[in-house]
Amino acid sequence: MKKLKLVMVGNGMAGVRTLEELIKLTPELYDITVFGAEPHPNYNRILLSPVLAGEQSFEEIVLNDLDWYRNNGVTLHAGRKVIEIDRVRRRVIAEDGTEASYDRLLLATGSNPFILPVPGSQLEGVIGYRDIADTRTMMNTAKTHRHAVVIGGGLLGLEAANGLKMRGMDVTVVHIGQWLLERQLDETAARLLQCALEDRGLRFLLPQFTSELIDDGSGRVCAVRFKDGTQIPADLVVMAAGVRPCTELAEKAGLACNRGILVSDTLQTYDPKIYAIGECAAHRGVAYGLVAPLYEQARVCANHLAMLGYGRYEGSVTSTKLKVTGIDLFSAGDFLGDEDCQCITLNDPVSATYRKLVIKKDKLVGACLYGDTSDSGWYFQLIKEQTNIAAIRGLLMFGEAAAMPPALQPAVFQATSSAPTNTGSAGLRNRAVEPNRQQGLIGAQRLDRSTPATEPAHD
Amino acid sequence: MTKITASTCCYCGVGCGVLIEHDQQRIVDVQGDPGHPANYGRLCSKGSTLHKTGDLAARALHPQLRLGKSLGRSRVDWETAMEHAASTFAAAIAEHGSDSVAFYVSGQLLTEDYYAFNKLARTVVGTNNLDSNSRLCMSSAVVGYKRSLGADAPPCSYEDIEQSECVLIAGSNMAYAHPVLFRRLEQAKVDNPNKRVIVIDPRRTDTCEIADLHLAVEPGTDVALFHGLLHILIWEGWIDRDYIAAHTAGFEALKSLVNDYTPALVSEICGIPADQLRTAARMIGSASSFLSLWCMGLNQSTSGSAKNNALINLHLATGQIGKPGSGPFSLTGQPNAMGGRETGSLSNLLPGHRDAANEEHRDEVAAFWGVDSLPATPGLSAIELFEAVRAGKIKALWIACTNPAQSVPDQTLVHEALRACPFVVVQEAFAHTETCQFADLLLPAASWGEKEGTVTNSERRISHVRRAVTPPGEARPDWAIACDLARRLEQRLRPGEPSLFDFHTPAELFDEYKSLTAGRDLDYSQLSHALIDQIGPQQWPFRAITGHGTARLYTDGHFATDDGRARFVSEPYLPAREQRDATFPLTLNTGRLRDHWHGMSRTGTAAQLFGHVEQAQLAMHPLDMQRRGLSDGQLASVSSRRGQINLPAVADEQLRPGQAFIPMHWGDRFLKGLGVNVLTQPAFDPVSKQPELKQAGIEVTPAQLPWELYVLVEGDVQQRFDVLRPFCEQFPFASFALAGRERAALVMRAADRNPPQPELLAQLDEMLGLDSGAILTYQDSHGAVDKCVKIEHGRITAIRLAGETAARDWLRGVWQSGDTNPSLRRWFLAPLHSPPGGGVAADKTVCSCMNVSASRIKAGIEDGQDLDGLKRSLGCGTQCGSCVPEIRRMLTATPQPA
Repeated sequence: MKKLKLVMVGNGMAGVRTLEELIKLTPELYDITVFGAEPHPNYNRILLSPVLAGEQSFEEIVLNDLDWYRNNGVTLHAGRKVIEIDRVRRRVIAEDGTEASYDRLLLATGSNPFILPVPGSQLEGVIGYRDIADTRTMMNTAKTHRHAVVIGGGLLGLEAANGLKMRGMDVTVVHIGQWLLERQLDETAARLLQCALEDRGLRFLLPQFTSELIDDGSGRVCAVRFKDGTQIPADLVVMAAGVRPCTELAEKAGLACNRGILVSDTLQTYDPKIYAIGECAAHRGVAYGLVAPLYEQARVCANHLAMLGYGRYEGSVTSTKLKVTGIDLFSAGDFLGDEDCQCITLNDPVSATYRKLVIKKDKLVGACLYGDTSDSGWYFQLIKEQTNIAAIRGLLMFGEAAAMPPALQPAVFQATSSAPTNTGSAGLRNRAVEPNRQQGLIGAQRLDRSTPATEPAHD
Repeated sequence: MTKITASTCCYCGVGCGVLIEHDQQRIVDVQGDPGHPANYGRLCSKGSTLHKTGDLAARALHPQLRLGKSLGRSRVDWETAMEHAASTFAAAIAEHGSDSVAFYVSGQLLTEDYYAFNKLARTVVGTNNLDSNSRLCMSSAVVGYKRSLGADAPPCSYEDIEQSECVLIAGSNMAYAHPVLFRRLEQAKVDNPNKRVIVIDPRRTDTCEIADLHLAVEPGTDVALFHGLLHILIWEGWIDRDYIAAHTAGFEALKSLVNDYTPALVSEICGIPADQLRTAARMIGSASSFLSLWCMGLNQSTSGSAKNNALINLHLATGQIGKPGSGPFSLTGQPNAMGGRETGSLSNLLPGHRDAANEEHRDEVAAFWGVDSLPATPGLSAIELFEAVRAGKIKALWIACTNPAQSVPDQTLVHEALRACPFVVVQEAFAHTETCQFADLLLPAASWGEKEGTVTNSERRISHVRRAVTPPGEARPDWAIACDLARRLEQRLRPGEPSLFDFHTPAELFDEYKSLTAGRDLDYSQLSHALIDQIGPQQWPFRAITGHGTARLYTDGHFATDDGRARFVSEPYLPAREQRDATFPLTLNTGRLRDHWHGMSRTGTAAQLFGHVEQAQLAMHPLDMQRRGLSDGQLASVSSRRGQINLPAVADEQLRPGQAFIPMHWGDRFLKGLGVNVLTQPAFDPVSKQPELKQAGIEVTPAQLPWELYVLVEGDVQQRFDVLRPFCEQFPFASFALAGRERAALVMRAADRNPPQPELLAQLDEMLGLDSGAILTYQDSHGAVDKCVKIEHGRITAIRLAGETAARDWLRGVWQSGDTNPSLRRWFLAPLHSPPGGGVAADKTVCSCMNVSASRIKAGIEDGQDLDGLKRSLGCGTQCGSCVPEIRRMLTATPQPA
């Protein structure tokens, strides 16, 4: 029987995860062809920061090596960027003229860094932070230059800044917000974070607005100037001020887009033969940038591609983590809260830990943890499952061990407090759920769902 | 370079000698004086910590005056202060007569202070309105001795405690109240296994630990008990008919009275088995010597005089008086209650054991003082005095060295009275007693270690109290203040006449006063400060011929009555004023704690003394608590016919069902709501006028105050206390304590019906220094839970838990241990009654000297150690020994390994 043809544009984490899920469900249904703009197999973009910081090598962060593609019969066109979708003939055309026709098309084009439209943004030494190429540029610049400026105090910007500092550069982070990571942290936690990073030698300018990047005369950046007229030296400027979903291809093909390719709960675009997933897709108005929701999307999308048809994606509650070694922070849900919410906070300036839990109608709806994220998995589960916490409210802050019935407490207390909760996603994938089940702590189901959620993707 | 000054302890009536180590400015240590015959070097947990009390921040240092009740006091110099006082007193006397002013003084004054006040009141002012807090303490004993034996003279010596074969302790928790004497009794019982000890007390106190027999009588039934004992003694022929015939009068009347007090009836009245009554009678009747020791359990009663006499009757009937190891021996509560009695410093007395109502006595004293006459109008006794003050009859009141706004029963009345009195002078060493807030004029007085004079202890022994250091600030000795006032009043009231108060030293006062004892039963007219220094403390009467004091009175059977015969006093048993009824079904008893004294003016400044019992609490039998739905430690509302107060209730099986106990120490400063005496009753004995502080009808219900506050803050204890105590007026429950040893902290608990406004906590945090520094916080806006802990150098230095306070005890333990281990820190603010994994526990300090906690002793007992083993391994009970009865009780109560 003739197989259906599935073409995927984009060779990133969300897309390849969809293929993995699909092959698990129905290995024989499709002939699969993948176009990737980067000349690499699928790697863990999340772990670029440890690579930048010198804690891991590129080889270590590859998720699917070339053998995987071969063994699963997936045709990979790496380094070939698709420039057109011919929806009438159901084919895609790459820059180099390579064509592939499809029965189903999966768009997983991801996003691009947002480059501030200021004078000098095209100078040499001004880069975004998206892929291994950017990472290598930074690593190389650190060997030859001294002053780095990171524009953007979000997760990605801070990771870049930390990595550059580790590589020996003088790093200043420029941020327009009142505090760092406004989308992940409240002000208290952000101040703790800023102090911790300042202790490591990072400098922060906030709130501060970039007005111009200055040319050193040879076409390379040499300084950053701000709206207030001040300026600081800069041999390298990393733009980490947000991302824009890559929708040009889809728009050109006439697919409806609005800050992302619009998709349904089955991840289908306006054209039902075309799916979109990951950072390029906008589901119910939200383009997710974290890995956990993307993997949830991948599961639903694979289910639909496999023609099983019972999976639906209804959006995700997200959580984040900063991958800067020695700094633990976690946030999930509505951690700022509104008038209808009640907040519980625990602040320990001595050990620089902070926790905030947001409660609405006896349910946990948000959490923001800094310094001690040991209970983040449990909180995330409570948020997602909308568990009624009225009975354990007083102990909620002190984690699952404390909130467990007293009879179970001693054993549980030891088990959870020593259990590592933040592992890289590579480790996560290999992590056995069995031992946890034996401990009677938490079911495999829960671990499976909550732990990846603590893993962020690039924002 | 430090010096040693020999003096006496300022607490109870045992009158222990102390050696004060000081640098003339500051007292650095206190040891028992091995040469003093009261204690031979021993001290109790209170005496041995004297140098840790008297925080300067708690002292009154300068005169302070206010010219209107609504104004604050401001500092003035002594001249202004005394002129104002003299003018105001003189004006009141001129306008309203001599009896419109009054003096309320103290059993803690020295004999010389007493004498100065007494002479001032009786001569210059011309009133008998001079009473002492001894009215609340010893006046029933005074009546008892005088009616039975003819003079207010305890006939015994401390050595009788050792020599007696049968010791009866009635209404005295001697283990707490007179620990050094109790040590002597303990040792004597070890040395003589045949010695028998009977304890009569409604509670099973620590004193019962050495009792062969404990008679847990219903409160207030002592007269019936003593009559019942006499009934059996007569029936069994265990009385000394020859002695009765030779030395007493009134036996036949008594015999016919006690004939009705059959064992069956007494058993019913007293609530004890008739067998116990017979056993007690046999012990008394068959002993070769019989000594009775008693205290407030007999005295503080509407039949206090009758109780005293009924007990003395037993001694007269058995002839057990005037010989070694025998006699009725009242233990005095205050260091110089005896001196007050000797100098006649109660409204009904005159110096030298004379009576104000006796015209001959008045004339003798008037002649001695060189005045025409002494006032004949009876003076007001304490309770009557405060009633008169409230009624507006007293226009100017002088209070010295005592704290009636804490200690007098029915505090609502007392506070109303003091608020209403036009002019109140308080002469006080400590600036923040409950009474000081009412002072229009506060005069700083010298205190222990800072003044000189004499005191007489329970065994009639006069010691020279010596000054070690200079009084702080502008404080002056009490006698000097009294004489200063007297001279200024003389200028106004007896102008042109020679001063009666030309005294410049306490020795001069003593030398004048002692002549008033010449020829009286207590004659010590040949004694002087210098002579005591030479030959040591002496027991009166002191005969110049023998050159020493008198250890035992009435050895020849000749009593101080006109005919030389002792009198049997025949008074029937009368029930206490307030009996249990449906509205007030429990009987409240009050009494002492081991480590506090009186209203805590002094002991309340030493954190270490809170280690044994940290806070005010109501003890009840577990069944009574269960019936009322109270769990151990829960806040209870306690009400009597006079007032209501909130405090925690704790289960105590040492009490019989139907009874409750609150320590007498907690006044309004430490326990908001006017303290324990808001509940007690002012009804008093018709003869001694001593109020029934120990028996009030109460009801207890759970207090509905769910919002709780707990604060512990280290350092600046007195300053913080002064700020926080007024702040707590807004809470229906507030209780204060100190905690720690080397590092002291203030502990505060409060509770309310509803959570307060958040601004209030912010205000509190500012007072506590919790607004800056490294503060761990937990806030739950909705649950009104707001908790914080301050960390400095890794240690907890402040705790403030609001909304719920579950972790308070173990957090206090972490604070006290100075633990810097961060592993527990994440649990500090959790609502956990114990930390995860246990370990840190805050419990009471049983041995204050060696700082040994109850849990360590318990662990030792569970390891199979006995008392000696515990002493060796933990050191507990090896210093002052005050905790030994409690350790013994723990040994009995804790199951030991087989």
